[in-house]
Amino acid sequence: MSELAPERFLPLPTRLLRFGLGLAVIVLLQQFVLPGINPYFARILILAEINVILAVSLNLINGFAGQFSLGHAGFMAIGGYVSAAFAVSAGPAVLAVLGASPEAPGPAPSFIVLCLGLILGALVAAITGLLIGIPTLRLKGDYLAIATLGFGEIIRVVIQNTEAVGGARGFINIPTYAGFFAVTLFMVLTLAVHWNLVHSRHGRALLAVREDEIAAEAMGVPTTRYKVLAFSIGAAFAGVGGSLFAHYNGGLHPNTFTFLKSIEVVIMVVLGGMGSITGSILAALLLTAMPELLRPIKEYRMVIYSLLLIVLMITRPQGIFGLGEFDPARLLWWRRARGAR
Amino acid sequence: MLEVTNLDVRYGAIHAIRGVSLSVPEGMVVTLIGANGAGKTTILRTLSGLLRATGGGVRFLGDEITGLPSHQIVKRGLVHIPEGRIVFANMSVLENLELGAYLRRDREVKSDLERVFVLFPRLKERIHQSAGTLSGGEQQMLAIGRGLMSRPRFLLMDEPSLGLAPLLVQGIFEIVREIHRQGTTILLVEQNAHMALQVADFAYVLESGHIVMSGPAAEIAQDPRVRDAYLGGA
Repeated sequence: MSELAPERFLPLPTRLLRFGLGLAVIVLLQQFVLPGINPYFARILILAEINVILAVSLNLINGFAGQFSLGHAGFMAIGGYVSAAFAVSAGPAVLAVLGASPEAPGPAPSFIVLCLGLILGALVAAITGLLIGIPTLRLKGDYLAIATLGFGEIIRVVIQNTEAVGGARGFINIPTYAGFFAVTLFMVLTLAVHWNLVHSRHGRALLAVREDEIAAEAMGVPTTRYKVLAFSIGAAFAGVGGSLFAHYNGGLHPNTFTFLKSIEVVIMVVLGGMGSITGSILAALLLTAMPELLRPIKEYRMVIYSLLLIVLMITRPQGIFGLGEFDPARLLWWRRARGAR
Repeated sequence: MLEVTNLDVRYGAIHAIRGVSLSVPEGMVVTLIGANGAGKTTILRTLSGLLRATGGGVRFLGDEITGLPSHQIVKRGLVHIPEGRIVFANMSVLENLELGAYLRRDREVKSDLERVFVLFPRLKERIHQSAGTLSGGEQQMLAIGRGLMSRPRFLLMDEPSLGLAPLLVQGIFEIVREIHRQGTTILLVEQNAHMALQVADFAYVLESGHIVMSGPAAEIAQDPRVRDAYLGGA
C-alpha cells in the first residue's frame, strides 16, 4: 500500500524546519501582535483555538470513524480537572525542582508544569475513553449517541461530588499557565496529529469503517480496534483542550461541561463537515466568534444565531466542506474559471 | 482445503444453520444454492469470521479457524466478497482497491493492481472516480477486484450476479471462471442456480438451514427436484 499511496510525510529535517518556523511565528505573534490587540478580542481568539482542538478531535470520532459521540464535554472535563489538580498539588514541587518560586515561576517552568499536567490529563481522558469505548462502541447510531451522552453526564456528576476538586462550588485558583503561546502551540500540534493520522494507512482504514463496516471487516480491517482507537485518541485531545481551558480560565465549574457543551462541539463538526479537518477549524472559529459579533443586536442574538445555523444546514446539509478539505489552490482555480467566463 | 463440520449458527432464538457440513477441495469451484433465507449468506459470514458459530467447526488448510476474528482469517487467504456489491462509496476506485490490500505489506501490490485492471478494464478507466457513482455492474466488478487485491487463495463469493442485467450476469460468471483458472478456489453462493451450476464442479443445496442434497454440479443440474425448485421446472 505504501508504494501506491505515497504517504504525504515529509523528511525529518523539513518537518523540523517547518516546526521551528511555526514556533517562531507563534512567539513573534505573542510578543508583538498580541499586546496590540484588545484583551476581549484576545480572549475570544484563545477560546476559539481551544474549540478548534475540541472540534477537530470530535471530528475524528464522529466524522472520520463515523461513530456518533455526544460525550466530548466529559473528556474535556477530565483533562481540565486532572491537569488543574496536578498543577495545584504537584505543581509547587515540580517548580521547586526546577528552581523557580511558586509565586512567580516565570514562563519556562510554568510551561513545563502545564505540559506535564496536560499530558496526564490527556492520558486519563484517553484511558477513560478506552474504558467507555470498549462496551459502547458495539452500539450504533442513536444508541451510541445516547450511551456516550450518559457517560459524559456521569463524569460531570462525579466531578460535581468530588470535594477535593471543589465539587459543585467549582475549582478555583488554578494557576493560569496557558496563554496565547501554549494554546496556539497545542492547537497546531493537535491539527498536525489529526492531519497525519487521517492521511495515513490507518486513516484510510478508519474511513473504510465509516463507509461500510461489513466490507471493511471482510477486507481484514480490525474494525473494533479502529473504532476504539479513534474514540480514545479523540478523548485524549478533548482532554488537551480541557486542560488548556483550565489553565487559561484559572477556574473550572462542572456546569461548563454539561451535554450542552458536547452539543456545541457536535454542531461545529456537523457544520464544518463530518470528515473535514479544515471544515472543523473554520466552524469552530466561526461559531465562537458569531455570538460575540452578534452582540449589538442584544436579545435577538441567540435567535439570529440559531436561524443562521438552520439556514446553513438547509443549504449545505453536508457541512461547509462536506467530506473534502479546503484547498486554496482550488479556490484560485475556481476564481480564474469564473473570471474567464 | 476448507472443511466445515456440523456448523450451527443461531441469531437469538432463530436457528439459522443446523448442522451443515461441507468441504471444498483445492482448485475447485463449489456452489451453494438455495432459496432466499435458506442461510447461504449466514454460512459465508460465519466462514469469514463476520459471525460467530454456536457450534461445529471450520478448518482451513488443516488449521482450525472457528471463532477467529476476520482479519486473521483474511490473512490466511480466505477472503469474502460480501453480497450487494458493497463498495466504499465516498472513496475512489483506486482507494477501494488499495483497501483490499490492507493487510498486505509485500511489494507486489502494484502488479496485482495491474492484474485487476486486466480483468476489469472498466475500473482502470474510472480509477479516480468515486465508487458511489459507478453503475451496478461496475460496483460489482470493484467489489470483486477489491477482494482479489488481498491475494485470496480461497474466495467466498456471495451472490455476485444479484441485481445485474442478464448481459452483465454472463460477464460476471466469465470472471468467476477466469479467477478460478488463475488458481483460486471458490465457494460460490447463488440464487441464480442455473448459472452457478454451469460454472461449478460440485454443488450443495441448502434448505432452511441444512444441506438437503449434494453432488457433482452436472448431476445436481439434472435432478428433477432441483429442476423443479430452482431451475424454473424446465
